[in-house]
Amino acid sequence: MKTNFSNMDEILELLPSLPDQLVGIQETLIANLIMLGEIPAATFEEEARIKLLLQRMVESGLSNVSVDEAGNGVGIITGKDPARNILLVAHADTPYSNKADHTLSVRTDKIIGPGVADNGLGIAVLASLPNILEMLGIQLEANLVLLSSTKGLGRGNLDGLRFFMENNQLPLEAGICIEGEKLGRLSYTAEGMFRGHITCTIPEELDWQRAGQNSAIIALNDVINRILEIPLPRRPRTSVVLGAIRGGKSYNIMATQSSLRFEVRSQEAKIVESIQQRIHDIIADVASTHNADFNFEVVSSRDPGGIDIGHPLVRSCRQVMEKLDVQPTIRPSISEVSELIARDLPAVTLGITEASNLHDLNETIAIKPIYKGLAQLLAVLLAIDGGFCNESE
Amino acid sequence: MNLNDWIKNNTIHHSQFWDLKKLVKEKEKQNLKISLCLPTLNEEKTIGKEIVMFKSELVDRYPLLDEIAVIDSGSTDNTREIASTFGADVYLSADILPQYGEKKGKGENLWKAVYELTGDIIVYVDADIKNIHPRFAYGLVAPLIYRPEVHYVKAFYDRPLAFSQGVRPSGGGRVTEILTRPLFSLFFPDLTGLVQPLSGEYAVRREVLENIPFPIGYGVETSHLIDVYEKWGMEAIAQVDLDQRIHRNQETRDLGKMAFGILRAFLYRAEALGVIGKLPELNTLLRQFQVDGERFEQVSYEIVEEERPPMISIPEYRKKFNLD
Repeated sequence: MKTNFSNMDEILELLPSLPDQLVGIQETLIANLIMLGEIPAATFEEEARIKLLLQRMVESGLSNVSVDEAGNGVGIITGKDPARNILLVAHADTPYSNKADHTLSVRTDKIIGPGVADNGLGIAVLASLPNILEMLGIQLEANLVLLSSTKGLGRGNLDGLRFFMENNQLPLEAGICIEGEKLGRLSYTAEGMFRGHITCTIPEELDWQRAGQNSAIIALNDVINRILEIPLPRRPRTSVVLGAIRGGKSYNIMATQSSLRFEVRSQEAKIVESIQQRIHDIIADVASTHNADFNFEVVSSRDPGGIDIGHPLVRSCRQVMEKLDVQPTIRPSISEVSELIARDLPAVTLGITEASNLHDLNETIAIKPIYKGLAQLLAVLLAIDGGFCNESE
Repeated sequence: MNLNDWIKNNTIHHSQFWDLKKLVKEKEKQNLKISLCLPTLNEEKTIGKEIVMFKSELVDRYPLLDEIAVIDSGSTDNTREIASTFGADVYLSADILPQYGEKKGKGENLWKAVYELTGDIIVYVDADIKNIHPRFAYGLVAPLIYRPEVHYVKAFYDRPLAFSQGVRPSGGGRVTEILTRPLFSLFFPDLTGLVQPLSGEYAVRREVLENIPFPIGYGVETSHLIDVYEKWGMEAIAQVDLDQRIHRNQETRDLGKMAFGILRAFLYRAEALGVIGKLPELNTLLRQFQVDGERFEQVSYEIVEEERPPMISIPEYRKKFNLD
C-alpha cells in the first residue's frame, strides 16, 4: 500500500477500499481479542493480561517491549525516523471482578462477553496493529508507541497512564486512545470531574426514644437533598450524578452505616472546585444535626481542557469519518485522552465498532463495522505520520 | 514397561511445548501434514471461537495445522454456517462415503474424518470447549512430532501427582471413575495409567487410525485405547496435561446412556480379543425411570454400539491414499 502522501486528500482516497482489505486480519484480531479478553483484568489486577500482550508484542518483533513500574505494557513499532513518536493507548483494565466468567462467545456477526467492547477490543487492536501494518505493507515515518495502560478506571484514576506520561522520555507528537466502542466516537476535550465517596456512620446504640429519627440513611438522605439543591449552571455545562447508594441491614434494624458514590462534572474547573467545597460544608452541617460521623473522600479527579474543534488532528478525524460514512459522535471525555490533553499532547479518542449491553455480562460487539473502525484508525495514523495534523506555527 | 515408568515418561504437561517456532520447524523437517478435526452437533455457541483461535494461532501465525475441518452430524442450529464463515472446511458426515450409509454418533464423524482429511496426523478436538486455547491442539500434536515411538496422545485436564502441598485425588469424570477405571483395572490394568481415558481430545497418527475399528457411539474412546494398547503397546500412548477445560456439564441420566454404550463397546472388544469368554447376545435397550406426578414411568433408550471397520479395509480409502 502507498505510504507517502503529499496531502490529506491522498489518504482519504484510500479509504473506500481499505475496510475490505482489513477483513484479512479477522482471525488474528479475534484470536487476540479472545486470548486477551478472557484474562480477567480488574483495575489494579491487570498483570496477567499485560503479560500476554507483551508476549504478542515480542512475537511481532516490536522493540523496547517492557512493563514499567505502574504495570503498563509498552512496545514500539519502529519507524523510519527515530526522532518522531506517536502514542497509541488502550486501557487494559475492566470494571468486572476477576471472579466473573470472562468467556467470550463468537458468532457469525458478533462477539459476546464481559468487557468485549470496553476495552477488550481496544487492547486487541493494539496487539494486532503490527500484523495489520505488515499485512498492508505499511512502514511509518514515526515510531508507534503502543501502550496498554493500567489503573485507569474508578479508583485507579488513570494512575497508570499518569505514571507513563510523567516518566516518559520520548518526545511525543500526538496521541490516539483506542476504545472498543463506539465507531464514530470522537473525543478531544476533557471535562473537569471529581468522584466522591461519602460514608456515614452513627453510634451503634439502642435508643427507643429516637428510633425512626436517627439513622445513617436519614442523615445521608439529608446530604443528598442538600446536594441536589446546589444550583448548577447550564453553561458551562455541569452535572451531578448520584451513582450508587448503600445502607442499612434489614426492615426493622436502625441503619448505622450508609454510603453514597457520586460524580460531578463541569467544563469549568472552578465550578468543580466550588461544588466540592459546598459538599464539604453540607456534610459538616448535617453531621452536627444528626450526631453522625461523615467521611468524604475524593477518589479521582480530572482537570478540564482540550484541543480546538479546528485543530488539524480533529479536522482530519472528521474528514476520515465523513469519507467512511461514519457519523461522528463528539463528546467530552474523562478517560485516557483527558490525561494526554492535560499534558498538552494533541490527542483524540476513537472507537472501533458498534456495541450494546455495555458493562453487562452480555456485552456485545458487532464484527462487521470493526473494519471501518480499523480503516479510520489507520487513516488518522497516516495523517499524523504525514504531518497533516500539526498546527501551523 | 512398568506402569510407574510409563506414567513418569509418557505424562507430559503442555507447557513443555511452548516453543511453537521450534515445533513447526521440526514438523517441517519431518515433512508431516497435520489435520484438525472438530466433530460437531449443534455447537453454534463455541465453534466460531475454536476455529478463529486455531486458524489465527496455528495456521497463520505458526503454521502447524495444514487443515481445519468440521465434520457435522446434521446440526439444526447455525454450526455449519458459522464454521464456514470463519474459514473451516465444513463437511456433513452423511455426505462422506454416502455409499456406506449414515450412522448417528460422534465415532461415525471421527471415522469419516480419516477418509476425508489428508493429514499424517489427525488431532480431534471437541467443539464444546468454552476456554479454547491453541494448546488444545499443539499440546497433543507435539509428542507425536518429537517422539517417533508415540502414536496416540490423549488429553487430560488435571494434575495427577503429588505437589509440595501433598497428594490430592485426581482423575476423570463420573463415568471414568465409576465404570471405565474399574473395567480397565479388571481386564487391562496398564490402561489405568490414563488419567482421563474418555477425554474427547486426542492426536493420532494415520497408520493407527486407519487400522482400528470405530464404534460409532460413546464407546469409541474406550475401544481405541484397548486396540492401540493391544497392537502397539503402552509405549505408543502418551497423555498430555492441558490444564483446565470448561465445557457443559452432563446430567446423570445422560451419563447412564454413555456408560451403557461404553460397556457394550468394552465387552465386544474384550470378547474379540479373547480376554473374556463368549458373550450372550447383548440387549440394546437401556431402561431408566422418570416420575410423572405419583407415577413412575419407565423410559427406554435404544443404544446400538455399531462399529465401523478399519478404514484400510475400505476400497475407496485405499484408492484415495494409493494403498494398492
